Amino acid sequence: MGLTAHLPALQVVLPLLAAPLAVLLRHGGFAFGLVTACAWAAFAAAIGLWLQVGALEGGTISYHIGNWAPPWGIEYRVDRLTSFVLLLVSGTAAIVLPWSRASIEREIPADLHYLYFAMFGLCLAGLLGITITGDAFNIFVFLEISSLSTYVLIALGRDRRALAASYRYLIMGTIGATFFVIGIGFLYLMTGTLNLADMAERLRGVENSPPVLAALAFITVGVSLKLALFPLHQWLPNAYTYAPSAVTAFLAATATKVSVYVLIRFWFSVFGESLIFEKLPLPQILLLLSLAAMFAASFTAIFQDNLKRLFAYSSVGQIGYITLGMSFDSVNGLDAAILHLFNHGITKAAIFLLIGGMVIGLARPGAVLPAPTFDRLAGLSQRMPLTCFGIVIAGLSLIGVPGTAGFISKWHLILAAMEKGQFWIVGAILLSSLLAIAYVWRFVEVVYFKPAPEGATKQEAPLSMLIPAWLLVIGTIWFGLDTSFTVGTATEAAMQLVKIGK
Amino acid sequence: MSELIEHFSYIVTIFLMVTGLYVVMARGNLIKKLVGLSVFQTSVYLLYIAPGKLIGGTAPILAPQYGAYSNPLPHVLILTAIVVGVATLALGLALAVRIREAYGSIEEDEIITLDHRGDDLRNQE
Repeated sequence: MGLTAHLPALQVVLPLLAAPLAVLLRHGGFAFGLVTACAWAAFAAAIGLWLQVGALEGGTISYHIGNWAPPWGIEYRVDRLTSFVLLLVSGTAAIVLPWSRASIEREIPADLHYLYFAMFGLCLAGLLGITITGDAFNIFVFLEISSLSTYVLIALGRDRRALAASYRYLIMGTIGATFFVIGIGFLYLMTGTLNLADMAERLRGVENSPPVLAALAFITVGVSLKLALFPLHQWLPNAYTYAPSAVTAFLAATATKVSVYVLIRFWFSVFGESLIFEKLPLPQILLLLSLAAMFAASFTAIFQDNLKRLFAYSSVGQIGYITLGMSFDSVNGLDAAILHLFNHGITKAAIFLLIGGMVIGLARPGAVLPAPTFDRLAGLSQRMPLTCFGIVIAGLSLIGVPGTAGFISKWHLILAAMEKGQFWIVGAILLSSLLAIAYVWRFVEVVYFKPAPEGATKQEAPLSMLIPAWLLVIGTIWFGLDTSFTVGTATEAAMQLVKIGK
Repeated sequence: MSELIEHFSYIVTIFLMVTGLYVVMARGNLIKKLVGLSVFQTSVYLLYIAPGKLIGGTAPILAPQYGAYSNPLPHVLILTAIVVGVATLALGLALAVRIREAYGSIEEDEIITLDHRGDDLRNQE
């Protein structure tokens, strides 16, 4: 039993410990170092787990917390999908944290910096915990840890509207989490267990009883609120727009994606495909809502004046593609959903990081940071060529242009739709991509083709911000060209899930 | 009638649940919304605790003189949920205080009006 055997616990415990220590340190710089080090350690642990699961060839790692055997004790369970989401979450944190140092200097009062890092650590611990745990009630607890810290992080935004947005998210998020815990309650009443694997076994035979169906409904609606499934996305645009830039980037890449993960976990691993896809009209409902998200949210995005809000609406639309893949009930569909979860995560993180850098470049030294509205962005490509070019590349990935990560996941989505013989969905995917072209083009037009205001000098964002952001931009190209890691892992994960569900 | 009495705890639970959710949705006052949210969360405590209680059951002591005991697990779970509920309420109230400082109001419609007016002002600049 070396250290490697305890990676599942370390994954969560390190950031969880970093948070209170950061509060005790009461010093921005030390807190930054501590939380960043823990995020990197968590990323290393995630890589280790990914390798360990890969070596098991389709097996799962089961870690017993405190050596209490499941189903009595809490079990951490890592399979292919878990390790993939862990990589996304901890990787994003490891990149966003170093970036955020320069950003929060301008956005958050200096005496609150250590609290910002503490909340970030808690949020990271919560998201990793949701992903790794194999215990239903544990998911709820971690969900609330990450949610509560998220509300605080959003409320740290400079604009007073950040407060209203945070309050609104608190109300909606708590309703969602409470729905989720009601569902867990019903499942516990029916099965007498909280361990997900054990629960799945005991549910066979009582699947059609009303409490189980009610549990399914509560869990699905509750988690859908958290993942901003259209039309339950009302909290998202304002929260993303007014939160500090680093928080927006981290949340856009991870928070909604982890909720998607929870939904996949419950649908495929606990309730099982036969209940979801054969006995109930759930896939049809999800299909309709996904299409609505792809069109309505992307369409709304076109008319936004604030760049952050534009890409927030785009996020709602992109989540539509993920849930669309889930609704197909096939290995390929699920594969596309998992792929897009990852690819969209890094693409959006890149965009929001670059916007964060742009906002700092736009401001006069010492002045309050302006909102990135289009009237301020005219001719910006001359002042910040690297930032603008990065957003354009990531924008191409949102559209799904070949050579970018977004293309790979959309291509898999189209393949899954064709496999089902539903060619009109293929048409819908292509049409909705046109909407993405429209909103990305709006940015390109203003930034590249409008004349810059007089007296504007070339001023890029600081290097400490450009480098992490460009790492992610390069990532979106890398995963668009070399797909062995993403597609390989996603396909394995999808096959593992569908096998469990049968 | 006997059905009603048998399911008494569930009826209370569902009544609280619906009341809480209604208050959250129908009230525009930020504090009243939080009150509704708390009632809603409290109903879940009952949902867990009530089925775990055995009438005549004791604490879970494994000894020959105690035949039946209540299920301790839901109690432990709800202890955690109560902590979560308190934290949520505290954070919600703190946000309400900050909103009142920033907007001078805790009525949702007034805040929305103020937000829109702010947008107009900025566009005029």
